[in-house]
Amino acid sequence: MNIIAVVLISFGLFFFFVGTIGVIRFPDALTRAHGAAKCDTLGAVLSLLGLIVLKGFSPSSIKLLMVIIFLWIANPTATHMIARAILASSGRENKTLGESKDANKTELTIEEAGEVK
Amino acid sequence: MYNFLVFSIIFLGLTTLLCMFRVIKGPTKGDRIIGINIIGTKTMVIIAIVSSILSEDYFIDVVLVYALISFIGSYVVSRELIQSEKEE
Repeated sequence: MNIIAVVLISFGLFFFFVGTIGVIRFPDALTRAHGAAKCDTLGAVLSLLGLIVLKGFSPSSIKLLMVIIFLWIANPTATHMIARAILASSGRENKTLGESKDANKTELTIEEAGEVK
Repeated sequence: MYNFLVFSIIFLGLTTLLCMFRVIKGPTKGDRIIGINIIGTKTMVIIAIVSSILSEDYFIDVVLVYALISFIGSYVVSRELIQSEKEE
C-alpha cells in the first residue's frame, strides 16, 4: 500500500514540476494557462489520491475525495474564466496580429498564384 | 515514508518559488492570475501532506475551505478584469 502511495504522489509531483516549467517557459499567456491547467488537475488530484491510499478508509479520506471532486469541477471553470480574462485584456493586440497574419497569407497566396501562372 | 513526505513538501515549496517568479515578472495581468491560481493549488496539497505527517484530521477541513476560497478568489479577480476591459 505504501508503494502505491509513493508512486501516486511521485507522479503528482512530476506533473506539478512539468506544469511549473510550462508556466515559466511558454511564450504566451494562453499557453501558460494550458500548462497551469495540467498542474491543477493532474498534479493535485494524483497527490491527494496518494494521500487517500496512504490513509486507508476513514472519514478524512472521504473528505479528501470530496476535495478531489470539487477540484475537478472548480479548476477547469477557473481556468476557463482566466482564459476569458486574458482574451478580453489582450483583444486588440490579438485582432491586429490576426489581421496582419491574414494579410501575409493572402499576399503569399497571390504570389504563389502568380508563380504558377 | 516520513522522509518522502517531507521531501515532497520541500519540492512543492521550491516549485512555488518558481511560480512566484512568474507572478512577479509576468508581463500581463493574466499571467499573474495564473501564477496565483497554481500557488493556491500547491498550498492545498502542502496542507494535506502536513495533515498526513502530523496525523491531524481537522487539517482536511482547512484544505476544503482553502479550495473554495481559492476558486472564488480567482473567479472574482478574472471577472473584475473582464468587466474593467469592457468599460474601456
